[in-house]
Formats: sequence, structure tokens, C-alpha cells
Amino acid sequence: MSSSKTSSGQRHQLRVGDSPWVKGLLIGITLFLTAILLVVPLIAIFQQAFVEGAAHYFNSLIEADTLHAIGLTLVVAALTVPINLVFGVMLAWAVTRFEFPGRKILMTLMDIPFAVSPVVAGLLYLLLYGNNGWIGSWLYDQDIQLMFAWPGIVMVTVFVTCPFVARELIPLMQQQGREDEEAAVILGASGWQLFRRVTLPNIKWALIYGVILTNARAVGEFGAVSVVSGNIRGETNTLPLHVQLQYEDYQAAAAFASASLLAMIALLTLLLKAFIEWRQERSLKIEAEKERQVTQ
Amino acid sequence: MSILIENISKHFGQFQALSPLSLDINEGEMIGLLGPSGSGKTTLLRIIAGLEGADTGRIQFGDRDVTNLHVRDRRVGFVFQNYALFRHMTVADNVAFGLEVLPRKERPSPTEIKNRVMHLLEMVQLEHLASRFPSQLSGGQKQRIALARALATQPEVLLLDEPFGALDAKVRKELRRWLRGLHDELGFTSVFVTHDQEEALELSDRVVVMSNGHIEQIDQPGALYASPNSRFVFDFLGNANVFEGKVENGKWQNQQASIALPNGTEQKDGQLYIRSHEFFVSTEPTAQANLPLRVIAINPIGAEVRLELTPIDWQSNDVWEIDLPHKAFDKNCFEKGQTLYVTPKAGYFFAHDAQQPVLLNWETEKTKLTEKS
Repeated sequence: MSSSKTSSGQRHQLRVGDSPWVKGLLIGITLFLTAILLVVPLIAIFQQAFVEGAAHYFNSLIEADTLHAIGLTLVVAALTVPINLVFGVMLAWAVTRFEFPGRKILMTLMDIPFAVSPVVAGLLYLLLYGNNGWIGSWLYDQDIQLMFAWPGIVMVTVFVTCPFVARELIPLMQQQGREDEEAAVILGASGWQLFRRVTLPNIKWALIYGVILTNARAVGEFGAVSVVSGNIRGETNTLPLHVQLQYEDYQAAAAFASASLLAMIALLTLLLKAFIEWRQERSLKIEAEKERQVTQ
Repeated sequence: MSILIENISKHFGQFQALSPLSLDINEGEMIGLLGPSGSGKTTLLRIIAGLEGADTGRIQFGDRDVTNLHVRDRRVGFVFQNYALFRHMTVADNVAFGLEVLPRKERPSPTEIKNRVMHLLEMVQLEHLASRFPSQLSGGQKQRIALARALATQPEVLLLDEPFGALDAKVRKELRRWLRGLHDELGFTSVFVTHDQEEALELSDRVVVMSNGHIEQIDQPGALYASPNSRFVFDFLGNANVFEGKVENGKWQNQQASIALPNGTEQKDGQLYIRSHEFFVSTEPTAQANLPLRVIAINPIGAEVRLELTPIDWQSNDVWEIDLPHKAFDKNCFEKGQTLYVTPKAGYFFAHDAQQPVLLNWETEKTKLTEKS
């Protein structure tokens, strides 16, 4: 009762910093900056892609090297996402459910991929797994080549995207605590039953969200991949690298056509993200609503 | 099923949560573990369940040694303080969980599970809520569902962690009575943890009072109340006023205040513990005691009126509380700020060098006083 009273009765009282001037100015500047920094470049991509006509656009997309780049990018994402999905869940489980020495350090360490420049990450992998590297020279003797081939690309992409899933899960799992799991075990659930029937449903939306972010980054990664890929056209070229190659070859329209694919993947990711956030919010709202009904 | 706990101890890092302790629980008994937070009562409960491992000692259910048995295989019912209902499952699915995760060979058929769940829901009188989700239930309803879920696998041991902690007073009382009825009807062995002395005394067959990781006293509620065996138990069971006295001329003195020693009491310095309802109140000192106090608050609580008082010209660490029947209160019409004199009827005396109290009774003096007035 008291809250509705304050909102209607004291409508003219302004909160701190809420003068119409400041409000209008801040919103205006923010919208303007969003437009020139984010929206205009996005539109420009599509405009440039179609600058030589729709036929040219589609022709440049079905060019063999482009198709190969698209395929490789999808393969890399398809391998990276499951690896980091499993790794992220394991990591989140370990740091939220167990107490062990070095737990705090582990939580800090897992942010390394966010903190380190992707190029540096690529160089590190080259140093370790390259033909002259510590591990790489031994692998070379076994006739295994990781760098300048698709396995190397997957490895650095896994590195760069590894915190996403765990970062989404950890706060949620910390907040939910381990009581649900304890309850399930006391009731006789096996480890797998516990995970599938109790843990997984509890973390479902955060997990999907983490996967979407991982996928977006895996598809778009440039820096680390460019160091370890060797840029072999039609062999180790992912879509972002392909965009650069085409642009350097003065095929601007083709480069933008490839870039438009990446942009579309990004837009799709945003849509999915918005949808999941809406789903989560809705389920929370429904829960709150139900709770209110019960208390009345 | 009886539970035998032998020399169980536990520490977390540097903190000794449980000193080696032993406890024998009879079949069908309801035991309350009572203590302040940090006393180790929840740790003990979790060790019995198998959620924590003990550092030393042994636990036996009936003839079965379960010390090294995994939680999953101990087959106990456990009710969590915050219920821990699975939020993404309906009430019916929650209750069915324990049956559905049984190994295929032991698992009842789906229809059988359905019937069992409905029966359990009827038992907790919530069959109409079967298809609701936990977030749609009130606290008391959640608690009952948690209980139904714990009982679904027909455990012989039921463990409850602060089962009524999060509920309001009225629901708590109702559920307490209901749980006691269920316990008597189904005949399982129950152990519950509480910090509420009233709850422990009302619900348990025997109360285990704990502090700092060890057991202070194990007794039936009546006996525990009548003869607490340590200062801690006395303090914890509540509403005791403490008078620190030095013996002078057959009286315990504390500055200006004094209480006469009952006949035959050893002449020692120490502390008197007197429960809040064991007093006469008058406006003049009596032959037996001279305890001037000032009234600072008057609270009518149920059948009694509670006076809060501070000492005048003598020392006490706490505010004194005295409970009077309404009748006695109405007759005298005490007011805030008024000076009163109180006279103990019965109390417990802890000599400075003693762990165990001596029961004091001024009954004879009391008779004389009533005759005089």
C-alpha cells in the first residue's frame, strides 16, 4: 500500500540527478553515440556488400574458398562449443561445490583468456606446439602437426572462449547452493541422476546463455586464430581471416559479403540472447506472481 | 531403528566443531538437539545423515555399522531447513523423486509410484496441491511437502534440520503437533535440530543440549527443566535471573542486596539462578530477601505479565525478568519506574568451585511468610 501511495502522491518530487535537463542530455548523447558507433557501421557492412549488386554478392559467397572458410568456421565452432560446455560445467561445479586449496586462484586463473590479448594467446600456442616448440617438436617426430592446421585453430579458439560457460554458471550455482543436490543424494539419486534431474534443470538457462556467447566468440575470433592458422587459402582460412584476405586482394565487395555473414551470425546471437533473457525474466515474474497469490 | 553414536568428532580447519561425543538413541524415539548456533548440533545431524564425514568414531543404525556407508545407501529421511524442494518439479514429482531414482529392480511401477505419492500427499493433507510448483506454496506447505518427500522411501530414521525455523509462530505450533502425531503413528526414529528451547522441550522424548561441540546434558524435558546440571543448560533453557552473592552472616550479599541462605545450605560464595516465575513481589523487603529493583518495562505475554527490572544499589549483568500471573499483577497495579522488592521461592545455587548446582528451596520460609501476611 505504502509504495503505491508514494508513486502517485509524490509524482512531482524528483530523485537525485533526475532533472529533465540532465535526463534529456544523457539520453540524447547515448543514443547519438550508439548510432554512430554501433548501428551505422553495421548498416555500412550490408550496404558495401551489395555495392556491386545482389548477383555479385551471392556469387562471391559461393566461391570455393569462401565456402571452405564458412565450413571451417562452422567446424571450429562445432568442436569448440561442446568442449567448453563440458569444461565449463566441470569448472563451475568444482569451484562452487568443493572446498580445496587453490580454489580462489583457480577462479582468477580462468579469466586469463579474457585478460590476455588473443594474439598473445596465439603466440603462446605457437611457441608450445609449433614444429620447433617444446611439445610441438616431439609431436613433429610423431608426424603430428597441430599448428598451421585446423587442430591448432580449434585449440586457440577453445582457449579464448573457455571462460564464458563457467562465468555464467558460477554465480548462479553459488546462489543456488548445494542443498538441492544433497537432498537428491539423500533420496538415493546416483551421480548421473543427480546431475540430469536436479542440477541441469536448475542451471539450464544460464548454460544455454553461456553456449551462445561461446559460439559467437568462436565464430568471430580473429587474433589468436590468425597467428596459428598460417592463412592457407581453402585450407586453414576461417571466415574472419577470409574477410581480411579478400580485402587485401582489393575484393572489397566480396570481403563485405563475407563480413555480412559474420554480422548476421552476430545479430542472430543477439536475438537469441534477448529471447533467453526474456524467458528467464518471464519465469521469474510468473514465480513472483504465483508467490503473491499464495500469500494473499 | 536405534542409532548408536560413538566417539564422533569433527573439525573444520582449525575449528573443532565436535569434540568426541557419544549418544544412544532408542528405536522410535524423538530426540531434539538443542543448542546455540555454533554448538555443533547441525554438524552432528549431518554426520548422522552422512552428509559430512566424522574424523573419528562410529555410527550404527540398529545392528548395521554405517560409518563408512555413503549417504545414498544410508536410506535416511532428511528435511532441510530451507526445504530444498526441487523448484522445477511439481509437488507430486518432488515427492516421487526418491522412488523414481531407485534401481530398476527395486523401483515400483509408475502406477504404484503414483498411488504412493497420492497417499503421502493425503497424509500431509495437501493432495489438492499435487500439480503445483514449490514457488506456489506457503512456507508451511513447503515444509509438509519436504516431509512427505523424505518419507516416500519409508526411511526408519528421519532427520530434521531446524524444521520450523522459517515459519511464523502459529504455523510452527500447528506443524509441531502434527509432526509429533505423525512420528507416533509411523514409529520412525527422529532426530531434529533446534535452537528454540520451547520447541525442544515440547516435541522431544529426550533433549540433547549442546554447546561448543560437546553434549552438556541429555534428559527428558521434565527432568531437564527440573535439574539442569550446568550453568550453560540453565542459561540456555532461559529466563533465569542470576544473583552473585558472598556469604556474610548467613546471607548472600551483593552490595546493598541480600538473600538469606535456606536452612542447611553450605556457606559458600557463588551464583544463584532463579527462574522468572519463582518469585514473590512486594513493595517492602522481606525477612528472607532484600532485592530492590526498578521496573523498566511491563509486557503482558499470554497468561502472564512480564516485568523487566534493573537492580538498585547492587550488581547484575542482565536485566531481571519476573513473570506474574495477571491476577497478582492486577491486584498490585505496578507501574514503570516503581521500586519493587522480590523474594525467591526456589532456585539453584552454583558455588564458585562447583560444576553442579544445589537445589535451593525456601518453602518453609515461604509458609511462614504467607502465614504472617
